[in-house]
Amino acid sequence: MGSKTLYDKIWDAHLVKQRDDGTALIYIDRHLIHEVTSPQAFEGLRLAGRQPWRAGSNLAVPDHNIPTTSDERSLGLAGIKDPVSKIQVKTLDENCKEFNIFELEMNDLRQGIVHVVGPEQGATLPGMTIVCGDSHTSTHGALGALAHGIGTSEVEHVLATQCLMQKKMKNMLVQVNGQLNAGVTAKDVVLAIIGEIGTAGGTGYTIEFAGEAIQSLSIEGRMTVCNMAIEAGARAGLIAVDEKTLEYIKGRPFAPEGELWLRAVEAWKQLVSDADAKFDRVVELDAASIEPQVTWGTSPEMVAPVSGNIPNPAAEVDSIKRANIEQALNYMGLAGGTPIKDIKLDCVFIGSCTNSRIEDLREAAQVVAGNKVADSVELAMVVPGSGLVKKQAEEEGLHRIFIEAGLEWREPGCSMCLAMNADQLGAGKHCASTSNRNFEGRQGFGGRTHLVSPAMAAAAAIHGHFVDIRELNI
Amino acid sequence: MKKFVIEKGLVLPLDRANVDTDFIIPKQFLKSIKRSGFGVNLFDEHRYLDKGEPDSDNSQRPINPDFVLNLPRYQGCNILLARDNFGCGSSREHAPWALDDYGFRAIIAPSYADIFFNNCFKNGLLPIVMDRDVVDKLFHEVAETEGYQLEIDLQQQLIRKPDGSTLEFSVDGFRKHCLLNGLDDIGLTLEDADDIRAFEENWQQRAPWYFTPAQNHVNPNNQ
Ligand code: SF4
Repeated sequence: MGSKTLYDKIWDAHLVKQRDDGTALIYIDRHLIHEVTSPQAFEGLRLAGRQPWRAGSNLAVPDHNIPTTSDERSLGLAGIKDPVSKIQVKTLDENCKEFNIFELEMNDLRQGIVHVVGPEQGATLPGMTIVCGDSHTSTHGALGALAHGIGTSEVEHVLATQCLMQKKMKNMLVQVNGQLNAGVTAKDVVLAIIGEIGTAGGTGYTIEFAGEAIQSLSIEGRMTVCNMAIEAGARAGLIAVDEKTLEYIKGRPFAPEGELWLRAVEAWKQLVSDADAKFDRVVELDAASIEPQVTWGTSPEMVAPVSGNIPNPAAEVDSIKRANIEQALNYMGLAGGTPIKDIKLDCVFIGSCTNSRIEDLREAAQVVAGNKVADSVELAMVVPGSGLVKKQAEEEGLHRIFIEAGLEWREPGCSMCLAMNADQLGAGKHCASTSNRNFEGRQGFGGRTHLVSPAMAAAAAIHGHFVDIRELNI
Repeated sequence: MKKFVIEKGLVLPLDRANVDTDFIIPKQFLKSIKRSGFGVNLFDEHRYLDKGEPDSDNSQRPINPDFVLNLPRYQGCNILLARDNFGCGSSREHAPWALDDYGFRAIIAPSYADIFFNNCFKNGLLPIVMDRDVVDKLFHEVAETEGYQLEIDLQQQLIRKPDGSTLEFSVDGFRKHCLLNGLDDIGLTLEDADDIRAFEENWQQRAPWYFTPAQNHVNPNNQ
């Protein structure tokens, strides 16, 4: 048996059947479900008279279009003003009951963004295959699970067969060598990686993130990195299992206990790429050269270090790239050559499955403490990733720091990451956002998104424009 | 699923790289719990001058006369000619649903986002990958010739151009079989139900920690 990458190992362990044409039937251990991509799948099951193959492997939670103000949330379903959002959430509840699927309902304390909830509950375990009808399922790869987004037909397929029909991806290794400078976070690392390889750089690959800088990240930081693997074009991102992984999982509600835990740990320790494993592509980055990052355009690859400038389209020789830059700057209402620090913000959003876990909130609170949100900033909000994150933050008093500084403290959900609920960015407004996508209209029709780390977003809220957090005294 | 054997029709040139799924169908339309009816909101933000909502009466909305889909010469199109990285963004299937519902049967582009590419096949749409310079040439020909049509023959894996010349394309054998026969993935997989069951039993013995039903994890501290 030759040497294998981590991806090879998990793939091989889940291979039910290899078809002659290269497609394979892969067994799925965990299926996560939310309200937006599941109704049509359940509808399909019903129409065909099928039942879930293994109902207990599913975990459902509404997150995308639920309200985040306490007033609305306290009213339950009735608090959802948008009729379509209400129908989706209600439909999820009904489908889960009908098909005997475990759901953390909207006002359960454990509810939250599906990719925050999975790891938090221990429903994400190393070596698992995990799928969800959501592209940021790659997040779960931080725990050494093979996790990726699927479409609604595949949601139905997994429900009905516990399998996915797939072709194996190629292996890519992204190695971040050396140590990160102070003030540089997981978010900056992954934005820098995307800046380097582009949003299509990982297409067709599963990316394993490795190297000293990745190993030194916390599990939550690793989730931030894997979360954005999809923005680099890769359906899945992976990080090898180490002591931190095991420590993170131990004692979580879904984690095995006792004898089973010991056996699991033995198996999970094998979840690393063999030393001589072959990758189809290797990309190396030097951690020390990574600065805090800010996106200036309408694709995550349109990113620059905070000390830099927006590129000048005139300087771009490739005509397609030049046109893309011009189109982006036109939409963003920004001029080429402008220093990143001169970009002014109208709005700040701290949340999303990229950066809404407790460490993210601590990082933001540290910057905000004792300061006030700039007058020019119309709305600054913090949306915790789950009810448990919110509870923890409140126990630590973080909410008071935010509220005193003038940030809104909300209930958990996807919120302004994709603006499917009432939290929308106004047309023409610039938002410093800790989310993962800066596409046109992503945070609201005509809205202009700048992706940054929680600390950078917090600092932008205080100053009204981007600042280099390394220059702040914190 | 609709069968795809031979499709002939008018080509719509969408001359823009990295067209993402929000461009194809803006997110406010993803809230529906149905699978159909998205065609009128295909390319909504560019096709209309105002912001569309799921309950808008689309026949009353101001049309953007400059957007390519609205040009008289492209009415009735069913083949989409596109640029690199088409369909990037979300894994949601509304993008192929909207394209299909509008009437598109095939897309020709130099490259696609992974998930979108797969989602197309599952919905009876054929995404064809062509070299960048071939696509470029097609864009020129479409621009020059009003009423430019292509015939796509999946069985032969050929695109027939108006001048009678042909372009070959490759397609995964399994996907081809499914499209040609209009086969649904689930039915196909369930033919292997015995294999799945055998795998599952074995896997459960080796890795029982993955098999506790979610319902059994009740932690009183979290309630
Ligand atoms: S937070 Fe944003 S990216 Fe994450 S699951 Fe929700 S909508 Fe998707």
